[in-house]
Amino acid sequence: MARYGMVIDTKRCVGCHACVISCFVENQIPDGYTRSWITEITQGEFPKLRTEIFSERCNHCENAPCVSVCPTGASWIDEETGIVNINTKLCTGCKACMAACPYDARFVNPKGYADKCSFCEHRTRKGLASACATTCPTSAITFGDLDNPASELHKKLAGRQVVTRKPEKGTKPKIFYLK
Amino acid sequence: MASRISRRSFLKLAGMASAGVAVAGGLGGAAIKAAMKETVRSGEVKEVATFCELCFWKCGMIAKVQDGKIVKLEGNKKHPLSNGKLCPRGNGATGLTYDPDRLKTPMIRTKNRGQEMFREATWDEALDYTAEKMTGIKEKYGPECLAFFNHGYGASQLKHLLQAYGTPNIAAPSYAQCRGPREVAFDLTYGEEIGSPERVDIKNTRMLVLLGSHLGENMHNTQVQEFADAIDNGAKIVVVDPRFSTAAGKADWYLPIKAGTDLALLLSWMNVIINEGLYDKEYVHSYAFGFEQLKAHVQAYTPERVWTITGIKPELIRATAREMGHQKPGVLIHPGRHVTWYGDDTQRVRAIAMLTALLGAWGRKGGYFYPGSVDVPKVKTKTYPTPNRSRADLMIKNYPLASHVLASGLCDATFPIPNSQCHIRGWFVYGTNLVHSLPNPEQTRRALSELEFVVVSDVLPMEITGWADVILPDATFLERHDDVHVASWREPFVSLRQPVIEPMYESRPPWWVAKELAKRLDLEEYFPWNNMEEYLGMRLENAGINFEQLKKDGVVTFPRQPMYLEEGVPPAFYTPSGKIELYSPRLAEQGQDPMPTFQHHGDPPEGYYRLLFGRAPVHTFGRTTNNPVLNRIMDENEIWVNRHVADKWGLKNGQKVILQNQDGVKSNQIKVKVTERIRNDCVYMVHGFGHKSRGLSNHKGADDSSLVTKYNTDPIMGGTGMNVNFVTFIA
Repeated sequence: MARYGMVIDTKRCVGCHACVISCFVENQIPDGYTRSWITEITQGEFPKLRTEIFSERCNHCENAPCVSVCPTGASWIDEETGIVNINTKLCTGCKACMAACPYDARFVNPKGYADKCSFCEHRTRKGLASACATTCPTSAITFGDLDNPASELHKKLAGRQVVTRKPEKGTKPKIFYLK
Repeated sequence: MASRISRRSFLKLAGMASAGVAVAGGLGGAAIKAAMKETVRSGEVKEVATFCELCFWKCGMIAKVQDGKIVKLEGNKKHPLSNGKLCPRGNGATGLTYDPDRLKTPMIRTKNRGQEMFREATWDEALDYTAEKMTGIKEKYGPECLAFFNHGYGASQLKHLLQAYGTPNIAAPSYAQCRGPREVAFDLTYGEEIGSPERVDIKNTRMLVLLGSHLGENMHNTQVQEFADAIDNGAKIVVVDPRFSTAAGKADWYLPIKAGTDLALLLSWMNVIINEGLYDKEYVHSYAFGFEQLKAHVQAYTPERVWTITGIKPELIRATAREMGHQKPGVLIHPGRHVTWYGDDTQRVRAIAMLTALLGAWGRKGGYFYPGSVDVPKVKTKTYPTPNRSRADLMIKNYPLASHVLASGLCDATFPIPNSQCHIRGWFVYGTNLVHSLPNPEQTRRALSELEFVVVSDVLPMEITGWADVILPDATFLERHDDVHVASWREPFVSLRQPVIEPMYESRPPWWVAKELAKRLDLEEYFPWNNMEEYLGMRLENAGINFEQLKKDGVVTFPRQPMYLEEGVPPAFYTPSGKIELYSPRLAEQGQDPMPTFQHHGDPPEGYYRLLFGRAPVHTFGRTTNNPVLNRIMDENEIWVNRHVADKWGLKNGQKVILQNQDGVKSNQIKVKVTERIRNDCVYMVHGFGHKSRGLSNHKGADDSSLVTKYNTDPIMGGTGMNVNFVTFIA
């Protein structure tokens, strides 16, 4: 049993897109679609500016609206890993999950089913980190088990201000951003 | 103001991009279906270690191959430059190998040069023709009249061939168009060049000062890794840039400098550091030459006066200078890499080197380290012939301090030279798109028209290949052996490039081309090996390196040696005085300023803006802007325009404009990025877009180099300062 999550250090992240491209290749994402993306926010007036960079993907929410809305049970949470999963055989491509997701994290794969970040389950089951965390040049992304207090992920959380995306939606995301 | 590509708009954008591809390149439904079919793979995954060439940093990577196809590239954990990580380009490097636009067979020109009309040829035909022309030039004019332009590690065996052939005119634009002034500046000051990978101790620095260097957008992997470490360690960060770069977003101090005035700022920092006694007195007293002259020289550069030049407030100049004094000696004033900006670039980088000396940071932890090195001699072959004539690049104007051949100088020497028998008659070009990498492309095209022979080897049909008489399709780095990379670094290392898959189509590795040409040029005795693996075996055996182990690991590292003066590195400076030369007698002898003096570089005329260019993390110049994997993120560049300027011109975000420079030259259409993140007297674009070559699918965006019709030549070493052009908008 594990509860997989990510800690992403926005101070280390430079928004280079290595995470996004490694995901394209690792997960053979069809052209024109993506499972992850970079959000860059600039505030202020020149030269007094502030920028924030977020490497984003499915938050694998504990309270996942995509799961509760799914009419066929194709979207489900794996109790063993906490990963929000898609059973492609059950998915009809109705897009209810896309409409429900506050993070715009899903798309319909041309093969006809909903698609999104899987936390690289095929890798993480083997004990590897996700492709994005593995390649991140600034080591901004840490993948791990939120239930394991000895994990690298918990070390990163210590003493830092932590935010999640759109906490007001009540989804309980499992990706935590260090400010 | 928030900018975000939502997943849906990303979809839309990417959809448009692939529609463009379908029209231009014929990548239609069948190809897409084929690509989707390949998702079912069953074979065993084989791993091959090699090093990357999507840029020139040479990160170690592990390629995963399944059913003969490269399915994934990952960083090699054992490699000191990648540390198991790859930048976006490395991650997308298969996009180069599997680019449908690749040059697939040798080709021979059928119409006028530059018209991009060719017929397919066999390798024998292409090589025989090339050898015949090379022999003709050698016999008629002498071997010195053939120039070899190159970029990248693939060139090593071709360089060997051209040296055996007898020409000294071998150049890469990475010198006179990029980092040359930096190498000369540090050599003048410390008697040593910086080299690559740069000997900068970013991860241990207490204070990092970036002048125009946009780490994070410039993705030299190790430097960006260490930049993040420096942030974590609480290093103080100063970013000096007319544009609020990604790095500026991480900085403690952002100095929004007026473009072209960095030298004044550097001199003012020295003024404060000297006058307030903040310099490393013991270090300067022991190792530096000319301190009193420097002290007198910088008196003119008070923060109050320099404020009027740079726009940086005196209190900000003082605060940052004092922080440097406080954090010394672990302060890294980054030397930059692409430093050919205004033509006084050697002098500006000299100021960086001198400030470094005042802070005692050369040879110190957190500043510039002494890299460890390892000796792996090349395989000895017959001695190269001594050319009868000296370098052609210096015939028109001599730059005694130019330590490497000037690519721009060879282009100039392609036109008849008064009072000289020899001008360049033939170009052999490997892996460098000279029409985009040299300034003033019109002059480059004229030179190409003058030539008797042009042969180009490249992976893709770049603009320069359109000007070739013969095109030799290069194998990508994932399909070939090259020479080993012997690197000076904290832990010196030797890294291997080996083929991950066989060369696709009729492409061939450059070592094979070199050997085949050698046969035809009667130079075979310079190539006493049957193939590159045999050559590497000989070279590594001589150095006592286990080749079989290197094939498995991709890299062998050697023990870390003392890196800092405090670790016992002897304080040796290889200048004529044996000291750090703050005052440079060598420059004085050349009739140049022995210490840097600020010069104005002009203001843009009314309605014009200084054109600045730089890099994006997913691209390496024009080399990658056709890469279908990388173009999923960025398939065109934008012109960054300050919000107030955009308001004045009525420009909207995303609107397309044409830029026109001071000489009336117009750009392709380019999208406007309305932003707070740039000054109102300059505009900025990412370099490398706006291809026009018929064979490339992606023509989107604008080409900055076509707008660089003007450049200032560095009087010390002949570098071409290219940030001296101004543009205006045409709707």
